[in-house]
Amino acid sequence: MTDANTIIERGRVGILVIGGGPAGLAAAVAAKRAGVDDVLIAERDRMLGGILNQCIHNGFGLHTFKEELTGPEYAARFISQAAELRIPYLLNTMVLSVDRDRNVTIMGREIGVRTITADAIVLAMGCRERSRGALSIPGYRPAGVYTAGTAQRLMNIEGFRIGKRVVILGSGDIGLIMARRMTLEGAKVLTVAELMPYSGGLKRNIVQCLNDYDIPLQLSHTVVDIRGKRRVEGVTIAEVDQARRPIPGTEVSYDCDTLLLSCGLLPENELTRMMKAGISPVTGGASVDDLLQTDIPGVFACGNVLHVHDLVDYVSEEATLAGENAAAYVSGSTGRSAADAIVEIGVDGGVRYTVPQRIDVGHMRDSVTVRFRVADVYRDRTIAVYRGEKCLSRRKTRVLAPGEMEQVKLKKEELAGLTADEGLRVVLED
Amino acid sequence: MAETRELTCINCPLGCALTVTIDGENITVTGNTCPRGEAYGKKEVTNPTRIVTSTVPVDGGDIARVPVKTASDIPKDRIFAVMEAIHAVRVKAPVKIGDVIVKDAAGTGVDIVAARDVSAA
Repeated sequence: MTDANTIIERGRVGILVIGGGPAGLAAAVAAKRAGVDDVLIAERDRMLGGILNQCIHNGFGLHTFKEELTGPEYAARFISQAAELRIPYLLNTMVLSVDRDRNVTIMGREIGVRTITADAIVLAMGCRERSRGALSIPGYRPAGVYTAGTAQRLMNIEGFRIGKRVVILGSGDIGLIMARRMTLEGAKVLTVAELMPYSGGLKRNIVQCLNDYDIPLQLSHTVVDIRGKRRVEGVTIAEVDQARRPIPGTEVSYDCDTLLLSCGLLPENELTRMMKAGISPVTGGASVDDLLQTDIPGVFACGNVLHVHDLVDYVSEEATLAGENAAAYVSGSTGRSAADAIVEIGVDGGVRYTVPQRIDVGHMRDSVTVRFRVADVYRDRTIAVYRGEKCLSRRKTRVLAPGEMEQVKLKKEELAGLTADEGLRVVLED
Repeated sequence: MAETRELTCINCPLGCALTVTIDGENITVTGNTCPRGEAYGKKEVTNPTRIVTSTVPVDGGDIARVPVKTASDIPKDRIFAVMEAIHAVRVKAPVKIGDVIVKDAAGTGVDIVAARDVSAA
């Protein structure tokens, strides 16, 4: 094994994994198991595990480990796999820039500013939260306005109390989880307001985080004012119309000291853009092929930096694939067809995007999992896959919601000889 | 007269929509996609339970708090009693994942256990 400092001194590494959260850990473990000895993880935080460290609630790992774990327990499983495989990592270390030839500028407490060239890169930087600035909420800028994830970190890792009377804007999962968390710690959560006519979070979290504690969820509502100069003193919530504009006369005032924002996650792709890799305008992440390879050879992406996931289990699965493919790339065994033989996957009828966005039929694995999200809440629809006019698969669903990721499996044998002209589409049908 | 209740399974993030039919002693669950869903549906209409997670302050550790959880699910109406038991403790580093932090929390018969390692700083 080569330690992290030796790799940095050498200025060259087989696979650089950027990010030591669930995606980065699974990718690094898979790459190492696939036979690449030379894998390095660069992690910005002071510990491995990423967002899982602050997700102290249970519900992780049912798919991966067939048991229900908390976030830290799930992270610990992968951290110990990485330790057993002696995968070197750098903490408190940030990648500042990457170019298309995979030259990386990296900065860390122990190493200073260094450059290193990687034979392959796995992008696993995760995502960040949509902030107040991005939401354009009027009012003063007092203390007491937090994104839900920031509040979660402050409470669960740093050990601070955030506030006593709380309003939450946005019904994303972190907001729902924090509604319960703050209630258990003695705060009064007055309401959760959601701009859309449906929740952005998982159904189970509405049940066990809101309903269990009688916290009202107000759909089609938003915050129209924040009061207080030094500290939040209250917020005003109004109902919105179909165009999501506040309806005059529906304003209700809440006295509170804290406003949490759980209004969506944004893949953190500064490095991806710096490399000028193709980005999907829908996901905000890199556009990838069935190897999870970006349009820059040797650069792979997985986890929430690629598209925001609902389950960490799917992150681990996807990242394992990215790690294996990065390993195959380094050992020269990933065949790829000419660009015109690669088929873009089309979407229709409420399917917003797919990941991967395109597929190399000539070199694909026997089966490829295609993940996607839908644009609205749909009842009793069928998910169908079409090759040209021919339907390859259909699956009935009871309820589809934007907060939940769906998937279809594509089989190599069904796609033999497929051309871009013929086309491949994932659609929702009545 | 059979009573039916529509529930969302909380066992995993799939959140299956369950229909539970209660006909006296006879409870049937449909809509589940795994055996855990059936067990949840039956339990939720008779004796609802939850896993409780929180954090406990750590003295002398490399992080300030250790995440903890109930080793198994506890009755839903005992959640706040269990939280009181969790609030009453502090621990000293090092802590190992799985260490018992509170034995038999609030008389539920269920232990509170650590959910991660905390090294001594």
